[in-house]
Amino acid sequence: MSGIELLNWARGPGLQIAGAVFVIGVIVRLAAILLLGRKTDLSRPREGAMWPGLRTVLTRSIPDAGTFRRSPLVFIAGYVFHLGFLLTLLFYAPHILLLKSVTGLEWPGLPVSLIDVLAVLSITALVALFINRLIDPVRRHLSRCGDWLALLVTVLPLVTGYLALNRMLLPYTDMLAWHILSVELLLVVFPFSKLMHTFSFVLARWYNGAIAGRKGVQV
Amino acid sequence: MSGKLERGLNTLKAQIDAPMAAFFSSCVHCGVCAHACLFYTETGDPKYTPIYKLEPMRRVWQQEYSFWGKLARALGLSKPVTDQELADWEELVYDSCTLCGRCSLVCPVGNDITYMIRRMREGMVAAGHAPKGLKQVTVRTVEIGSPMGITPETLRKQAAHAEQDAGLPVPLDVAGADYLLLLSANETMVFTDTLPALTRIFHQAGVSWTLSSEAYEATNAGIQIGSSDIAAELVQRIVSAAEKLKVKYVISPECGHAYTALRWEGPNLIGRPYPFEVIHVAELLDQLRAEGRLKLDSRETGRLSFHDPCQMVRRGGVIEQPRRLLDQVAEDFVEMPDAGIHNWCCGGGGGVSANERAVPLRRRAFHRKKEQLDGLQLTTLVTSCANCRDMLEDGLEYYDMDIEVKGLADLLAEHLAESEPGAQGGEQS
Repeated sequence: MSGIELLNWARGPGLQIAGAVFVIGVIVRLAAILLLGRKTDLSRPREGAMWPGLRTVLTRSIPDAGTFRRSPLVFIAGYVFHLGFLLTLLFYAPHILLLKSVTGLEWPGLPVSLIDVLAVLSITALVALFINRLIDPVRRHLSRCGDWLALLVTVLPLVTGYLALNRMLLPYTDMLAWHILSVELLLVVFPFSKLMHTFSFVLARWYNGAIAGRKGVQV
Repeated sequence: MSGKLERGLNTLKAQIDAPMAAFFSSCVHCGVCAHACLFYTETGDPKYTPIYKLEPMRRVWQQEYSFWGKLARALGLSKPVTDQELADWEELVYDSCTLCGRCSLVCPVGNDITYMIRRMREGMVAAGHAPKGLKQVTVRTVEIGSPMGITPETLRKQAAHAEQDAGLPVPLDVAGADYLLLLSANETMVFTDTLPALTRIFHQAGVSWTLSSEAYEATNAGIQIGSSDIAAELVQRIVSAAEKLKVKYVISPECGHAYTALRWEGPNLIGRPYPFEVIHVAELLDQLRAEGRLKLDSRETGRLSFHDPCQMVRRGGVIEQPRRLLDQVAEDFVEMPDAGIHNWCCGGGGGVSANERAVPLRRRAFHRKKEQLDGLQLTTLVTSCANCRDMLEDGLEYYDMDIEVKGLADLLAEHLAESEPGAQGGEQS
């Protein structure tokens, strides 16, 4: 298969298959969580649960000072990676075009030079998290195959995207094909892995905030 | 597979509801929770990472509810959780977790890890893997009515002592009183100043109250060991007595888990809302203060701080009341670092204090409290949980720290003004 053929497959059927696995997988996983349900709480609430839950969905994004001080690398690298990844995904002009073709929505992009920097920062943060997972006793103790796999499938689109953007290592069409394939790998792995936290964290934070909120505690 | 193990695994499976599945699905193994747990911070042993304590239950979740788990099971490739694993995890689930809830406060994806441990204990008990000390306490509570084996006769004797101490009648089994006062076993047997203290405060404020000889024990070993059946039975005793006496309120005493058991879990355990309200004694005292019914005439001159009991504050929502009350009596009040909902546990909640095996670990973990207190130059440490009080006394002695520990009600009663009682005070008996 030539570079251009690979690119065409990746752009066409490949993306459709991966996209379908991703969308259906995520919906099924979230439905499976919600369908488990939970018992109605019969205790007399001090406050409602809905708003404290929603508040926690937002406020939990920022750690309290003591918690930040105890794990600074996890929080800093975590922020840099998540922001870098989201911004390059959503604000790189060719990505916007692709998303427009799917959603019909359009928004202004960021300059390529900034996208370039964001990708490097994001990759650096993932490498830092990888090394930290290797050497930090707690994180090493908690790590399983899924953690390493998630790191790998997340860094690949960033690395291939960066290389394609800068015309490095391989001809542009070849690298672009590998970039799209790596995204497809990410999409396919996503619903079956801890990457699901991208969506399920909203539920987790809401439940936590709602459970505490009805007791009158803002967590 | 043994019958007990099967029952344990089935219970674990049944305990997985939508929040549990959302929590397991969201964990990214970031390890932040470790640094919120005093058993990790004081030992540095990664096995005490809160989410790691859930590992067998996570495997049950994965095998029963995830795509790969189900696939592996269908192909006969999955390895079920073994009895040995549950036995190995007993120390992590019981000795090194006080259900304090600090990890639930810091998890970046929002997991309520304490909620998870509470549910995991249901499976552990069903499988027969709970600490011996906690099992014994639970049996005593079910059979005799109290973890310390306090019988109704003992209660009557203690009430008589309290009458002598307070110089006031202690109402017992008075139908139609507004408030039914419960006590924790520690208050009945060890911190015996509390009942006379409350008797005097209630008398002065004109509170219509009573004790019950059928339901006097507020602690709930069922909640601590993780057996909903037993917890429900213990709550039901209180509900029955309260209904029989037709009280409007049941007072949850200065005992953290009693409050969680009665106020938050109770109606769910017995499957119906209460016909009365549950009020924490600190809430009631603060209400009396706000209504001008708590009259104090002196102040504590030494330096004071307040230790927040986890179940009352972080997991219970009674946060400002003790502070407003202390403001009435303390001339020199200081907050310790991380005070309020971020406070560190005494190390003995969640059944740990009933577990002799856990004593060395608990004392080691108490080093966190020592660090919080070092430099504050306290004369007195006030708290509002008899179990915390017991653990604080033990820990302070262990670390050779010269700080007096007092209960909130006891302290207030020491500064009570000698004034005319309220209209209804002490007339029921």
